[in-house]
Amino acid sequence: MSAATQAVTKKPFWSSSRRDALTFYMVTSPWVIGLVLFTVVPIAYSVYISFTDWNMLSSPNWVGLKNFKDMVDDPDVAHSLWVTTKYSLVSVPLRLSIALFFALLLNEATKFVGVFRTIFYLPGVVASVAAAVLWQWILNPRFGPFNAFLGLFGIHGPNWFTDPDWALWGLVLMSVWSVGGEMLIFLAGLKGIPRMMYEAAEIDGAGRWQRFLKITLPLLSPTIFFNLIMTVIGSFQTFDSAFVISTARAGAIGSPLKSTLFYMMYLYENAFKFLNMGYASAMAWILFVVIVVVTYLINRSSRKWVFYGD
Amino acid sequence: MSVKTTTVAPVMAVTGFWREHRLGKLLHVVVVYGLLIGLSFLFVFPFFWMILSALKPEFQIYKWPPQWIPDPIQWSNFSDVFGNPYLPFDTFIKNTMILEVGMISGRLISCTLVAYGFARLEAPGKNILFGILLATLMIPNAVLRIPSFILFNEFGWINTFKPLIVPAWFGEAYAIFLMRQFFRTIPKELEESAVVDGANRLQIIVRIIVPLSIPVLTVIGILSFKDIWNDFMGPLLYLNESSKYTVSVGLAYLNGQYNTQMNLLMAASVVLMLPTLILFFFAQRAFVEGITMTGLKG
Repeated sequence: MSAATQAVTKKPFWSSSRRDALTFYMVTSPWVIGLVLFTVVPIAYSVYISFTDWNMLSSPNWVGLKNFKDMVDDPDVAHSLWVTTKYSLVSVPLRLSIALFFALLLNEATKFVGVFRTIFYLPGVVASVAAAVLWQWILNPRFGPFNAFLGLFGIHGPNWFTDPDWALWGLVLMSVWSVGGEMLIFLAGLKGIPRMMYEAAEIDGAGRWQRFLKITLPLLSPTIFFNLIMTVIGSFQTFDSAFVISTARAGAIGSPLKSTLFYMMYLYENAFKFLNMGYASAMAWILFVVIVVVTYLINRSSRKWVFYGD
Repeated sequence: MSVKTTTVAPVMAVTGFWREHRLGKLLHVVVVYGLLIGLSFLFVFPFFWMILSALKPEFQIYKWPPQWIPDPIQWSNFSDVFGNPYLPFDTFIKNTMILEVGMISGRLISCTLVAYGFARLEAPGKNILFGILLATLMIPNAVLRIPSFILFNEFGWINTFKPLIVPAWFGEAYAIFLMRQFFRTIPKELEESAVVDGANRLQIIVRIIVPLSIPVLTVIGILSFKDIWNDFMGPLLYLNESSKYTVSVGLAYLNGQYNTQMNLLMAASVVLMLPTLILFFFAQRAFVEGITMTGLKG
């Protein structure tokens, strides 16, 4: 490059792009500093303490894989993982199908759509703690309206949150109440399906059910996939509602009889009640691995059932 | 006038259906609206039950079959909740509001700056940083909880609001992402003419970008308000004294007390739910946009 061109480009081009870069680093510095301080360092530290026996009182000792070996022998780890899985297996498909059903209904309606959408989404804006406290009262076996409603049909309702066989299903029932978020995402997906498709199918003589199977489901499958991943990840980290309801009963986490001992609750108990920071960190990493594996499996299966337009 | 149109229009629509279409179509409308109304009732009923219970004297709450209308309506349940010497909800509301102001202002200011950088400025390494930003959206909370707790404990921040407020001043990945997308839709010419007039980057952000980005800032502000108001685990971990509790933690403790009076518990639940419900009614569009734009739930 000759001196002449450099002299020409120097002033407007060079200096402004350099200034831009400098400004970029300045304005993004809060996030970069935060990333290092509140994400990168904690993650690295979490890996380290998962190999120690640290209890916050004495200095951490390196114990190698002991925490992970202990987890294999700890029946409560397997149990809490099973409770979480069982909950997810029932709650996720139930929530998604109900959310889809609501979205389809709203998509069929022409008037007052906004009113109904608001009503179904309403529970979604409510604090999880308040929802938990409320549902404890709704499912109260003696004075709650739910069992009274069952009574109208001659059904003797269960004791819900005090019965180890039913407590988890009480939580599932409660989780169905707040499907508004998934419903809205489904609704947005349905609005994205071109009307022409349906009109063409109708001319070809396709019935309502056929149109649903041949047009709606395939074209909605990317939305279903997204909702499935998000709901599964969320349900594996269930904590608030189960914690609030189970600690209210006799103050024991996961009561009655550990029937609602979710993985995150057992992790919480180890970390913040027993201060077994090393063990709890190891548990957190196992949860991370479980979530990654489940997400990967869903993602892999998606090749078979998710349909992308092109 | 409006009454007239709402009563006449459906009738015309129905007769129109009747004339032009088969009976099946009318049946379809009846089934759709029948289901919508029935399901709406089921979804609203818990709120209804909560409010009724919150207004009952204690003896009426355990009556069976239920006494539907509270008699007398006991408003004092609410003043009992606010004035409870051990679990004072007025203090909890004040604490939560401190967090709201501290966290929302921090998040809006820092995210605007960062998002502007990602939307408009070129620099080596920018794309890598943006990739990292998106990747952080996928880190599960569980992994960060324990080391963050330890870190804040080292700082001596436990039982203060700092572990909740300070990180908010360092940006938040999804808000940055959302703002960046929005900033990119603002025409560059507006900024270029400002540069000609001698404005610097900060002036451009404050005078041009922020006023034009009120919609996205509102969405982020409103969703943040709801998330902070409803957050449970964060305040549960970092705040140990009842004078520091937020509304969610306060209600959880009230619920955990051995001899809880259900009517007071329901009054406290109303107090916890009401602000976000009112906010939702006024800012429905922001909620719906936020959900569909980001796919975030809750």
